[in-house]
Amino acid sequence: MSNNGITRRNVLRNGAGVVAAGALSAPMVHAQGTGGTLKCGFWDHWVPAGNGIMRELCAEWGRANRVEVNVEFITSVGNQNLLTINAQAQSRSGHDVLSFPTWEPAAKHELLEPMDDVMGRLAQKYGAVTPAAEYLGKVRGKWVAVPAVSGTQLKPACTRMDLLRQHAGIDIRAMWPDKPERGPGADGWTWDAFAAAAEKCKAANVPFGLPMGQFTDAVDWVGALMTSYGAFMMDERGNPTVRNNAKLRQAVEMLVRISRALPDDVWAWDDASNNRALISGRSALVFNPPSAWAVAKRDQPQVAEQCWYAPSPSGPEGRYVGYLPYFWGLWSFSRAKSAAKGLIEFLSERPQAERQTNTSAGYDIPPFLSMSDFKIWETEGPPTGFAYNYPVKPHQNQKTSVAFAPAPAEFAVQAYNNGLNTKLIARIVQGGESIDQALGWVERELTTIRRGG
Amino acid sequence: MAADGTLAVTTAAGAGSGRATSLQRFARRRSTIAFLMTLPLLVVVVGLVGYPAAYGIYLSTLNRRMTAFMEGDWLPTGLGNFEILFGSDTFWMVVWQSCIFAISAVLLKALIGFWLAHMLHHIPTKGQRKWRGMLLVPWVIPPALSTLGWWWMFDPSYSSINWILNIFAVPSVPWLGEPWWARASVIIVNVWYGAPFFMIMYLAALKSVPEQLYEAAAIDGATSWQRLRYVTLPMMANIISITVLFSLIVTFANYDIVRVLTNGGPRDLTHVFASYAFQVGILSSNIPRGAAVSLFMFPILAVCAFFVLRGVTRRNKEQM
Repeated sequence: MSNNGITRRNVLRNGAGVVAAGALSAPMVHAQGTGGTLKCGFWDHWVPAGNGIMRELCAEWGRANRVEVNVEFITSVGNQNLLTINAQAQSRSGHDVLSFPTWEPAAKHELLEPMDDVMGRLAQKYGAVTPAAEYLGKVRGKWVAVPAVSGTQLKPACTRMDLLRQHAGIDIRAMWPDKPERGPGADGWTWDAFAAAAEKCKAANVPFGLPMGQFTDAVDWVGALMTSYGAFMMDERGNPTVRNNAKLRQAVEMLVRISRALPDDVWAWDDASNNRALISGRSALVFNPPSAWAVAKRDQPQVAEQCWYAPSPSGPEGRYVGYLPYFWGLWSFSRAKSAAKGLIEFLSERPQAERQTNTSAGYDIPPFLSMSDFKIWETEGPPTGFAYNYPVKPHQNQKTSVAFAPAPAEFAVQAYNNGLNTKLIARIVQGGESIDQALGWVERELTTIRRGG
Repeated sequence: MAADGTLAVTTAAGAGSGRATSLQRFARRRSTIAFLMTLPLLVVVVGLVGYPAAYGIYLSTLNRRMTAFMEGDWLPTGLGNFEILFGSDTFWMVVWQSCIFAISAVLLKALIGFWLAHMLHHIPTKGQRKWRGMLLVPWVIPPALSTLGWWWMFDPSYSSINWILNIFAVPSVPWLGEPWWARASVIIVNVWYGAPFFMIMYLAALKSVPEQLYEAAAIDGATSWQRLRYVTLPMMANIISITVLFSLIVTFANYDIVRVLTNGGPRDLTHVFASYAFQVGILSSNIPRGAAVSLFMFPILAVCAFFVLRGVTRRNKEQM
């Protein structure tokens, strides 16, 4: 062999080289009959079964399309999901599909794959999307992420029927029955009536449990009230609209009145404090999705049996409810874009959306207004039908609201996370400032936000 | 031969092999070996300290979308984020609060640690170990976890401390709802967590003070205060300085206690640099400005470090 120049050592060396070159240069060789791998990072649902249904749906779609779908769940506790999003955006690597909370699609839009094709097909089938989802998910007229079902929540009034009837003289179940109609007194369900009821309930030692800190529950209900007064702090072009804004002043006066009728410690409440207030039986009303009710059903069934959902009260400019959505987005650096779009579209379709909402006991809200008739909201209980008015339905004449809209998302997110609306009220009620002083402060803060872009 | 023996090694190596190349001679030099031995540490320091710090500085010069350098009105391009922070009421409040928090917490930790170390030092060795172990517990528990425990005790609606106060007819304290109480709560938790570190450092320093000095002082008729003032404190001065500096750095950069306990509230009145930087950078999607906020700690701590280390060096020279 050595005479031919072919030695055993040369054969082994060249053979190893061929194997190594083949392995390294193979771009993406799949097992026979598969369509590649898709990596998904979904929000780790509060409702434990909420993760199970996502895993199940992804497996179903994967089998049908011969794609291996790897699903991970990323918690929002400690803002782990935000840290993951930012890390993946910096490194341009990670999952293909990721759950993006409220403001993140707009913040990361330059790194997200446009979703107009997916949303176009879905809109053809299911009609209009709730306006707040459009505000958050569209950048310069283009969808940058698809409003998700899993994790999206609304924050209407979760009331204690018995306490409201006893102390405020309001029969909330008759006013907002579990039928597509408005009961007696529904037209009088305004912020004025709400404030009067809050004062009576505080006097009866069962105050409304409305947080006034910097967490989302606080910012959302205050934002919904302001929107219902037409009180906007910043316009679509990012100009502060605080000075000489009569509507804003009117909304602030109402918020000051309501906050004086709340427990003294609401300035330090977080997103769990209002849940605890309801579950412990010490509060007559909170603005929250049915998670508080679900815990009460397990731990304090006598409290859960008295819960009933009503839409938000209305203001001079309409009725608005706090909306906190998730989005399913696709990184532009993903190498499995068509598969990812297929999965997102599948998850957004009515049958799959209904399964997600059913599994989460009605917590998850689909973005399409035509999907507000899922049976779960009529049958969930006790009391049966308590969540009928949890989603936005036509008879409520209610719209979704995001605090600090219609400001450009890049400014609104900063004002939202700084809790500028709740701090404005805290400065007046807790800090003893005049309304003018507090409005001057918020205008300076908005100007600072605007300057930085 | 050089003091480090470099030449001796080189010569011996050269004589041994007879025909060592210059590369081999270079590889055998002590300085080369020393460099290679420290290389892993250098890689760690550059990778985990140098690079993130440089990247943080770079980030702070960018605009919010990180597409260009941030322009300023009166500061040069690249320093626009700092200019905006200079004009922000909230930022100056954070600076002031960070200083209040760090200085008061470090002072309290130093005093309590000093007192505890003295108490422990005078306990017989046999019983000292269990007390030392028990007093170190707060420092051993991860602060995010222990702060959660404190948060339950301070909870706005269901505070266990208030429950106990109410038993003795003392009205409830709004631990986290009122600005000054919230600041006090954050400082209390930090002191609880950090005092054992001071205690153990001071205890080690106390044990190293020669007993003969105290005997000489006693012969001279020194009172216990004079022994503390003229023997203990001078002997512990360096360890006190270094411990205070170390704690000041860690306390200034504290994040978890504020984040878990108050989230900066009420009305941003408990924010410190790190928690505010996180709010601005990560929560509000303005990473460059968040980086600029966190970089403000650097000059403050650099000034502190300069003076403390200068004092240590001066004392060392005096003792030589």
